[in-house]
Amino acid sequence: MTFDEGQGYVVLATMAIPLVAAFLLVLTPGSQKMAVRYISVVTGALVCALSIYIFAAYQVDGAEVQMKLRWVWIENTAFLGENGITLYFAVDGISATMALLTGVVAFAGALASWKLDYRNKDFYILYWTLLAGVFGTFFSYDLFFFFFFYELAVMPLYLLIGVWGSTRKEYGAAKLMLMLVGGSVLIWIGIFATFHEANLGTFDLQQLWAAGNDGTLSPTFQKTFFPLMVIGCGVLAALWPFHTWSPDGHMAAPTAVSMVHAGVLMKLGAFGIIRLGIQLMPIGAEFWMPGLMVLGVIGAVYGAIAALTQRDFKLISGYSSVSHMGYVLMGLATMNEIGITGAVLQMFSHGVMTALVFLMIGALYDQAHTRDIKDFGGIAKVMPLWVIFYAIAGLANVGLPGLSGFTAEFHIFVGTFRTYPVFGAMAIFAAALAAAYMLRMFGQVFFGPFNPRWSDLKDLTPLERLSGGILIAAIVVMGVWWAPFTDRISATVTHLPGVTG
Amino acid sequence: MRDYTIFIPEYIAAGAAIGIIGIELFWPNFRKDRLAYLTALAAVAWFVAGLFFIGKDAQSFQGIIASDDFTTYFRLMAAGIVFAVSLMSANYMRTRTKTAAEYYGLLLIAGCGMVYMAAATELITAYISLELLSFSLYILVGYLKRDNRSSEASLKYILLGAFSSAMFLYGMSLVYGVTGSTTYSGIAAALSARDQAGTDPAVIVGFMLILTGVGFKVSAAPFHMWAPDAYEGAPLPVTAFLSTLSKAAGFALMLRLFGTAIIVDSVEWRWAILCLAALTMTIGNLIAIQQSNLKRLLAYSSIGQVGYMLISIAAIGYGDAQGGINATSGLLIHIMGYVASTLLLFTALTAVYNRTGRDDIAGLKGLAETQPFLALVITCALFSFAGLPFFAGFATKVLMFQGATTDETLWVVALGVLNSFISLYYYLMVIRQMYLFDPVGDSTRWKMNPVLGGLAVVLVLGVLFIGMYPGPAFSWSEDAAKPLFEAGSASGLARVP
Repeated sequence: MTFDEGQGYVVLATMAIPLVAAFLLVLTPGSQKMAVRYISVVTGALVCALSIYIFAAYQVDGAEVQMKLRWVWIENTAFLGENGITLYFAVDGISATMALLTGVVAFAGALASWKLDYRNKDFYILYWTLLAGVFGTFFSYDLFFFFFFYELAVMPLYLLIGVWGSTRKEYGAAKLMLMLVGGSVLIWIGIFATFHEANLGTFDLQQLWAAGNDGTLSPTFQKTFFPLMVIGCGVLAALWPFHTWSPDGHMAAPTAVSMVHAGVLMKLGAFGIIRLGIQLMPIGAEFWMPGLMVLGVIGAVYGAIAALTQRDFKLISGYSSVSHMGYVLMGLATMNEIGITGAVLQMFSHGVMTALVFLMIGALYDQAHTRDIKDFGGIAKVMPLWVIFYAIAGLANVGLPGLSGFTAEFHIFVGTFRTYPVFGAMAIFAAALAAAYMLRMFGQVFFGPFNPRWSDLKDLTPLERLSGGILIAAIVVMGVWWAPFTDRISATVTHLPGVTG
Repeated sequence: MRDYTIFIPEYIAAGAAIGIIGIELFWPNFRKDRLAYLTALAAVAWFVAGLFFIGKDAQSFQGIIASDDFTTYFRLMAAGIVFAVSLMSANYMRTRTKTAAEYYGLLLIAGCGMVYMAAATELITAYISLELLSFSLYILVGYLKRDNRSSEASLKYILLGAFSSAMFLYGMSLVYGVTGSTTYSGIAAALSARDQAGTDPAVIVGFMLILTGVGFKVSAAPFHMWAPDAYEGAPLPVTAFLSTLSKAAGFALMLRLFGTAIIVDSVEWRWAILCLAALTMTIGNLIAIQQSNLKRLLAYSSIGQVGYMLISIAAIGYGDAQGGINATSGLLIHIMGYVASTLLLFTALTAVYNRTGRDDIAGLKGLAETQPFLALVITCALFSFAGLPFFAGFATKVLMFQGATTDETLWVVALGVLNSFISLYYYLMVIRQMYLFDPVGDSTRWKMNPVLGGLAVVLVLGVLFIGMYPGPAFSWSEDAAKPLFEAGSASGLARVP
């Protein structure tokens, strides 16, 4: 066994540990609530440690795809030829970054839901199944399993939101589930068509990418099916106008689910656009990218304007997510190195900061039972730490230098200005709006006249501080020392087909 | 060649059927649930006997019955279905009827009918097997004779079934009239020997009538009207039987008939099946949304499933021999996954029904509180139908749709995927009742019957196994599909390159 293979098992373990945890939890009696919590937190810590290891061990100057592990699942049967379906896990610079994000957010989310009491066993079973799906999607180099894990990550959401959610939870859960699965309908169709058109008898993504590059997937085919793949994945990435599940879903979801969902799951969509769009159909990408750019800009501006008018914390963050995912899509649509690197950076940055935002909203909502910003005022007097944490997240959101948001957005804006200066200007306008809605909320909730109704609010619990602290660490590290991130990401981005320097 | 050993598995099944009926004849007070366990035992023996045929050389009995891997595949499936359904029926029938022996006997006989529908390589034999299955089902559906709904369902089923049999016969006679043969190989040879100037219109009419006849049996739209009523009126285990065994049998017959006998003229029928598929899945899934009765919902959902499966039959017509193997292997593994998920679902529903006596969707309210295991099992089965990962439905649907994808069928495959998305909606509505609502009335936890519990565990493991590691199941399916399309078989001779 080579060292690389050995690391492959680390990758496998990162996906498998959440599944094992879910299985252990199935066997745990539901009355043992403390045992359930310990299993979950230990799982979170393990997964977080492993994902940090994967990120650190990815060698920037090594091969593009590292830590390969490959088990044949089905081959040489009917239409499946050599390596027909393989459980093929590997890591490149983009998925290493995404794995780190997932590990951090998963741990933070597990800590944040420590206080959850109602059927917490069932909650964690679904939670860890979802995360296994997320890790699996990021690591899969086989189209069958890519989609397998992609669907796996979406499946538990219905019950997670429907059972443990809050405002209009049934509506939010059903809408979210149906829209996301509706998006994957398009991906299914794209997969069937691609496999048939490539006629290689394998779901191996690298072979299919080669087929997309050398014209085995004909230009007409790529131009026809690229929109299917991108819209299919785009639904999950809150691509305007398919974003409408996002505010309702986030509003309804419980804290940890919001964190994971906005923090990680939405990135699956953007990741899918890279894997199934840019890498699989480069000719189609070249043809359609201006369209994606337009939708991305509309999303960025529209999300920011909508956030400006909302009064519910979660709706503000939901629309702000739409806006930030709009930046991600813009970055991808630039098709130049710095833009796409910025998009991946933004995926990470938005992931950690939005998880922090939802963590803070949850900490407040659990005590106050309202999320209307008009109800609050002068919270800084009773919850100073809460205000500091929230402010860090908010400022990262706005793009303050020294925090992750700045690094990411800077890359995206530079990339966009190179290809589409007008859209670049509009994106900066959206960033200004972000400052407006954030500062408006800061002013109303944190400061302003103190409402005595809230005098008995308690500040963050130790676990919430730990959970938030991890996320803040990630935000700050990326804000001041982004070289490890940009090195890994651009090492991979330069290899993407059709990307200019 | 007359080798009677190829019938041994069905000697066992049919013999057991007679034995079981005899037991009640001589000991009227024999406990009815023990009859069920005897039937299950017979099914196990039948299954084991079937195992001996794996890997044996294909052989033909007088050119009318083939014993090959395809037959073996459906033989094992029939034994498995009878096993599960008889266990499911044990308590259900015990509390509802005084005489149950014929019921269990007919389950076994119907299973034999299915095996010979798959094995038949001659039209008359195929027809007789089809009728053997249908007549058993007519009685089974109306078995609760004091229940008006059951009798009504049976009557409706008989009338429409007889009508469809007549169509099937008429189609057969037209095909026979033109080709002069009733064996599949004879028909194939005659069809390919004709000059290529054009197909005789009589043959085309014959194909369409045959398609209509079989379409009735598998409840393809627009011939599906009987299904919801029959499903609703029939005893719950019989509903499971209808939606697994009778569907699988219909497809077995179709695969052999369309895949070997009349494949040469596939130009004449493939478009019709493609349209039938598109119509069936859309109608099934759209009407399912409005149902409030669980059995009717499942009837329409199974109509939707039939629509997906029909694409594969059409794809056989659009592809070459390899394309035929691809589509058939995909279809066979999907049938396996579908059968396992359906049996799982009905096992759970029977357990719920034995407790609550309600078969509307709202009757499941709060099941996650009162019986969390069953709620989980029902969720597994429904997610499997919808094609979500980990469960059989995901893997089998991917393999089936991929196998059926050709340039011409892609649009229907796309429609199929869209339809399985629609189906997710009404499955979620069922899951919602169990998880998002509190129980109505009695909210204490209850224990389920250990036999049903054990059966459910076995089936859950099966569904998960097919879903997570479909390799073995897929290679069995390929083995079963090969005899239909390889050189030397009827179609191998008939295919003109």
